[in-house]
Amino acid sequence: MSEPIVLVKNLLKSYRRGSEIIPVLEDISFAIDRGDFLALMGPSGSGKSTLLNLLAGIDYPDSGEIIVGGIDISALSETQLSMWRALNVGFIFQFYNLIPVLTAFENVELPLLLSPLSRKQRRSHVEAALEIVNLMDRLNHYPSELSGGQQQRVAIARAIVSDPSIIVADEPTGDLDRASAVDILELMSNLNREFSKTIIMVTHDPRAAKRARSIMYLDKGTLKDAPAESAF
Amino acid sequence: MHLLNLLFRNVLRHKLRSALTIAAVAVAILAFGILRTVVGAWYVGVEASSANRLVTRNAISLIFYLPISYKEKMQTIPGVKNVSYGNWFGGIYIDEKNFFPNFAIEPKGYLELYPELVLKEEDKKAFIKDRKGFIAGKKLVERFGWNIGDTVTLKGTIFQGNWDFILRGIYRGRDKSTDETTFLFHWDYLNERVRKNMPALADHAGYFVIGIKDPSMAAEISRAVDMTFKNSLAETLTETERAFNLSFVAMTEAIVIAIELVSYVVIFIIMAVAANTMAMTARERRAEYAIFKTLGFRGIHIASMIYGESFLITMLGCAIGVAVSYPVANAFSSELGAYFPVFNISGETIFMDVVASVVVALAAGFFPTLRAVKTNIAQGLRSKT
Ligand SMILES: Nc1ncnc2c1ncn2[C@@H]1O[C@H](COP(=O)(O)OP(=O)(O)OP(=O)(O)O)[C@@H](O)[C@H]1O
Ligand SMILES: [Mg+2]
Repeated sequence: MSEPIVLVKNLLKSYRRGSEIIPVLEDISFAIDRGDFLALMGPSGSGKSTLLNLLAGIDYPDSGEIIVGGIDISALSETQLSMWRALNVGFIFQFYNLIPVLTAFENVELPLLLSPLSRKQRRSHVEAALEIVNLMDRLNHYPSELSGGQQQRVAIARAIVSDPSIIVADEPTGDLDRASAVDILELMSNLNREFSKTIIMVTHDPRAAKRARSIMYLDKGTLKDAPAESAF
Repeated sequence: MHLLNLLFRNVLRHKLRSALTIAAVAVAILAFGILRTVVGAWYVGVEASSANRLVTRNAISLIFYLPISYKEKMQTIPGVKNVSYGNWFGGIYIDEKNFFPNFAIEPKGYLELYPELVLKEEDKKAFIKDRKGFIAGKKLVERFGWNIGDTVTLKGTIFQGNWDFILRGIYRGRDKSTDETTFLFHWDYLNERVRKNMPALADHAGYFVIGIKDPSMAAEISRAVDMTFKNSLAETLTETERAFNLSFVAMTEAIVIAIELVSYVVIFIIMAVAANTMAMTARERRAEYAIFKTLGFRGIHIASMIYGESFLITMLGCAIGVAVSYPVANAFSSELGAYFPVFNISGETIFMDVVASVVVALAAGFFPTLRAVKTNIAQGLRSKT
């Protein structure tokens, strides 16, 4: 672990509900090292998802800087940000978020449709990704024909198929049973270790957090050094 | 995998909803096409009229006649090529519901003036030779199954009694708009009996048809004709054939306008139906669009997905509607041939069908697309399906 891949300075984010302004993140600054596997924890409503979305470039802050891989992404236009995301970030969600009318193979292929890769090249990338998540035998299954754990593995394959340097995961095991959750965490550790992906994972589960290299606590929009209590 | 593939699968996602929308579009396009064809059929007489012909009638009303001696005088007017005349006969064949237009005409001159009535040379000769002969359009002959040489009896309404005619020729229309349901017989044959029974009406024609050399002279020649008979016993009113035919249509113009209006209302309604389908679809897929955006797809991609689906549904409906409109128009034509001698789906109607469908597709996709493109990703992801 060397220079930081993510550098956040004085980040502010609030939501507006009617005339009311709800502050969510209040002046947050921190750094994430390249190759880290970071668990972001905190009570419900503390702003974890909001922070993750900002780091991944799917939302804009009110103020502050978010420098990822040397680029201040808060200054990018929407189109630039789209392209940046496609190249640099892989997403894993709690509810897998696969496209139901596409097969496992096609779901994983989706991000590559934006690349200049040929059909054959795409196929080999998709197969490599599905190989990593050990789902080569389910290529032509639709999401509805897969278990939760399998669907999440497809989602992981989709997240890594374009070989991004950062993977963000919002409660990736939140909807899974114990065994599947262990499976998914094992897979993510593996991506971190063997493929040196930087992973930022929001989780409520202390057992999941144990897999991480470092842990960050968020409470009421500010960072805390240590858990106030262990009742997440 | 291609995004086009995704379009098809998305359409198949809610099979019933898509099928119902496609069916609704098809029915609307069918109705639109048929209504427009009705409007077109209404004006067909106007369309078929030639710029080279003027029609002269009694200035007071069509029900008053003009002496045929006018023909000679007309012929001397500069710019006039040839003159012929005829009477609306108004005969009934067996039953009133068998209506078709029938005229007593002066054969030689009349056929010269109407080159769009295409007749075999020998049939033409046979018709001109036989005082009791008649010619009829192909559609009319087919409708009643007449053959050359058959005797056909019409019951007179204006001119009382039963009148026997012998079929001597069957004409075809040179143009698509030519009426193939008319029945034409010798004016002399009519005049003979009129002389006996209603001597006051003898040697009178209902109207004159004047062939002119130069269509741009129509107004001048018309004025010259009417001036010639000014202050005579029967003053004339001369106008172009087009204006003459239009004056019949004008009487029913309000109905035609109403029909035209309804045809647009149909399109408007289907717009609402299609827009509703697309809005429902896009609302359900909000989270999905957010995922696409997360993966790097941009507004243009989302827009093409929604518009693609909107176009796929409406164009499928349009294709079905257009395909069905041909047999429906045929059925219409054979049922109502008496009222609409020419009832063809024109190329223009098909074009309008397609234009209407494109407008529907564009309108239906507009708001859902706008919303989907504008929705912020984080927001979209929060909306669980
Ligand atoms: N689009 C929005 N409009 C208004 N308020 C929002 C919006 N998104 C989030 N919030 C508010 O911001 C706060 C933080 O939300 P966030 O989703 O980041 O929390 P979280 O830590 O991820 O919670 P959880 O553990 O339940 O997922 C919450 O109070 C939430 O109600
Ligand atoms: Mg959250």
